[in-house]
Amino acid sequence: MRFGVITFPGTCDDADARLAAGKVGEAVQLWHGDRDLQGVDAVVVPGGFSYGDYLRAGAIARFAPVMESVIEFARDGGLVLGICNGFQILAEAHLLPGALLPNQGLRFVCRQVDLEVVNRDTPFTRACGERLSIPAKHMSGRYVGDVPEDQVVLRYAPGHNFNGSQDDIAGVCNERRNVFGLMPHPEHAVDALCGPSIDGLGIFRSMAEAKVPA
Amino acid sequence: MRARVLIRPKAGILDPQGQAVERALPALGFSGVSNVHVGRLVELDVDDASQLDDMCRRLLANPLIEDYEVVEAS
Repeated sequence: MRFGVITFPGTCDDADARLAAGKVGEAVQLWHGDRDLQGVDAVVVPGGFSYGDYLRAGAIARFAPVMESVIEFARDGGLVLGICNGFQILAEAHLLPGALLPNQGLRFVCRQVDLEVVNRDTPFTRACGERLSIPAKHMSGRYVGDVPEDQVVLRYAPGHNFNGSQDDIAGVCNERRNVFGLMPHPEHAVDALCGPSIDGLGIFRSMAEAKVPA
Repeated sequence: MRARVLIRPKAGILDPQGQAVERALPALGFSGVSNVHVGRLVELDVDDASQLDDMCRRLLANPLIEDYEVVEAS
């Protein structure tokens, strides 16, 4: 599995996303201004503050040249993972239902969160356990959206919904289940040296084991 | 044409900024304040005002969570 990880101006989690993907496959950098997806099998839209979060988080990145190719790639069934700012960008691009608003406490929060994997029948969660403990760090993670129940993939465990997300939703997929976005950061939980769990690896492993559309 | 676009959170969507301001005003001694909402103002010069609605829907506002109103300034 060859992963392409996009770098926008203001992206800061692309290096970790490449390292995480590199543990289960091959990872290459994709550039925001370049329409060429370099023949990758899956795209990761990583976290950070693309275009300074101006206007709304993800609103401007959604129109970057690379996103035209990502939208086409997703429509053809390609796997697309959006993490944090990447989730915001995919929501703005209407590849995922809903939107992410400022946290109810209006503060940037960085903490380890427990998540319930409520849908393990997706190419992103088949290799995951029933729960994940991974870090979250964001200012605008309050999920609001009209999302069918079977497209809710992750929920914050009781007591862990710090941002005020509707129905404790932490991650959703599209109807076809080839596009997935989550606010917490699996790419920061892939090495025992750097934190209390390596649960994030399950998401990358699931993708690596998924069938690649022809 | 100079145009102003007012963008505000949709009714029913939690507006923590509005709530924070609503709580802060009585603390300064202002009473009788309610229903406070905080939004955004975008001012722009446009040659073709008929494009404003499209600009709002596609970029300036997110219609899923925000209402917008185009105000002609001059």
